[in-house]
Amino acid sequence: MSTQAHPSLNLRAGLVSLLILAVLLGIWYAATLPSGGAGSAGGATAGMTPEQIEYAKLMGKDVGAASASGSGKSSGFPTLGQVASTFAQQLANPFYDNGPNDKGIAIQLAHSLGRVGLGFLFACLVAVPLGFVIGMSPLLYRALDPFIQVLKPISPLAWMPLALYTIKDSSISGVFVIFICSVWPMLINTAFGVASVRRDWLNVARTLEVSPMRKALRVILPAAAPTILTGMRISMGIAWLVIVAAEMLVGGTGIGYFVWNEWNNLSLTNVIFAIVVIGVVGMLLDLMFARLQRLVTYVE
Amino acid sequence: MNAFLKVEGLAKTFVPGKPVFADVDFGFERGEFVCIIGHSGCGKTTILNVLAGLDTASSGNVFMDGREVAGPSLERGVVFQGHALMPWLTVRRNIAFAVESRWPDWNAAKVNEQVEKFVAMVGLSHAIDKKPSQLSGGMKQRVGIARAFSIQPKMLLLDEPFGALDALTRGTIQDELMGIVRETQQTVFMITHDVDEAILLADRILLMSNGSETPSGYVPGGIAETVTNPLPRDRTRAGLHHLGGYYELRNHIVDFLVTRAKAGH
Repeated sequence: MSTQAHPSLNLRAGLVSLLILAVLLGIWYAATLPSGGAGSAGGATAGMTPEQIEYAKLMGKDVGAASASGSGKSSGFPTLGQVASTFAQQLANPFYDNGPNDKGIAIQLAHSLGRVGLGFLFACLVAVPLGFVIGMSPLLYRALDPFIQVLKPISPLAWMPLALYTIKDSSISGVFVIFICSVWPMLINTAFGVASVRRDWLNVARTLEVSPMRKALRVILPAAAPTILTGMRISMGIAWLVIVAAEMLVGGTGIGYFVWNEWNNLSLTNVIFAIVVIGVVGMLLDLMFARLQRLVTYVE
Repeated sequence: MNAFLKVEGLAKTFVPGKPVFADVDFGFERGEFVCIIGHSGCGKTTILNVLAGLDTASSGNVFMDGREVAGPSLERGVVFQGHALMPWLTVRRNIAFAVESRWPDWNAAKVNEQVEKFVAMVGLSHAIDKKPSQLSGGMKQRVGIARAFSIQPKMLLLDEPFGALDALTRGTIQDELMGIVRETQQTVFMITHDVDEAILLADRILLMSNGSETPSGYVPGGIAETVTNPLPRDRTRAGLHHLGGYYELRNHIVDFLVTRAKAGH
């Protein structure tokens, strides 16, 4: 019995997930169903005199199409079918490039991931060594604490004007914004992880007369690695949230710019598509760091 | 006096005017097994940490082999109360870390040979590639002992190594430790709470009293008495209580702990 309990729980959870999805899609379908069309089967033109029809046409209303889709007062919100066809279209050709305002989703994603990756990498290079030093020195821990506490809660986008003014390049400014938002969780977690390495392990290293470098790499780093990785995972989550907003602001390329551009095109189906893609990519990034975290976690 | 280890006028003060212990003098010879026994808070662990070089005394000096102890050294191996194994390393890597620190120029094969020799010594060859989390408390403490022995220190310091173990496991490891110490002629300084453990293992037992308030003022703690173990060196745990003199020795130490050690807290 107990051996069967585990897979069957997963299976049941999966079924419930599918059920919830089906219900949500069902509500969406029902909500975007054309109203009024079903009641007057003849369509919107049925009760109108020819003069009225002509008047409507002159006013720019497409009477024929309206009756064909049966939409007397459509909300304009895309239906399931329309979104599905956008998904199919976008996924069928993710790499097309028809100029600056019309690129495939993969190209946009690559730009965003590139910026996030670069900013995150620089943040790692700064935060991990600095966090190490702060964690090892109670003096620096206290001396730098006020700066960290003030800088940490600043929305990374608030740095954007300064970055644009000094760097004078919108793409690199995006990278800077990612850097500034990912650096804090990593810095704080590294310092905390290093500062709370068990005294016993440090004493072992001391009695073995281990050199400071070897102690840092062989004792402190593995001991603090789970905490550092947690910081990295939080940083990556924040970076992926911020990149969308940053790209909406600076424009040009990237998934955030894509969302903004499609909003200006009033193409809600593409906006919905982008939202789903952002979610899926964010989930994959998080899973990646969860996997890394599991690699360095130890049981005491 | 030209002892192997010499402690002179050692004192440790946390609250000014009320040292935890003061005027601690003792010494011992190479190859001796010395136990220190006393109530919690008398400063046993502080003395051990000073000998290890992990802590500093407020006053007094420690000399080993004619040289002053100033900081930790590979000459003194420490077995910590909470085994202090690194949980991300296997038993093999934990001990190799110590061996590589002792002899940085050894190649991997030589390090491994030394590691396997000392793991076999504590009877854990079957578990050499396991992580500490997969081992029982007794096995972890054995690994800690193997690690301390593997660097072949001049003196071994044990801080209540069996305190957290159940009685059966404790007995087994005491026997093992005794066998290894006899074989290697290792000099050992050990803290214990267990009177029988001290009688079984030690050549000499230092009885330590707590600091206390008396009508004539505060009296710091210190070594109240040094007892030389009169029992034959080939004593065993099983036969201990049949030896003549065992009960006199045991009663003497227990009386000291109950009436004279002044465990006020």
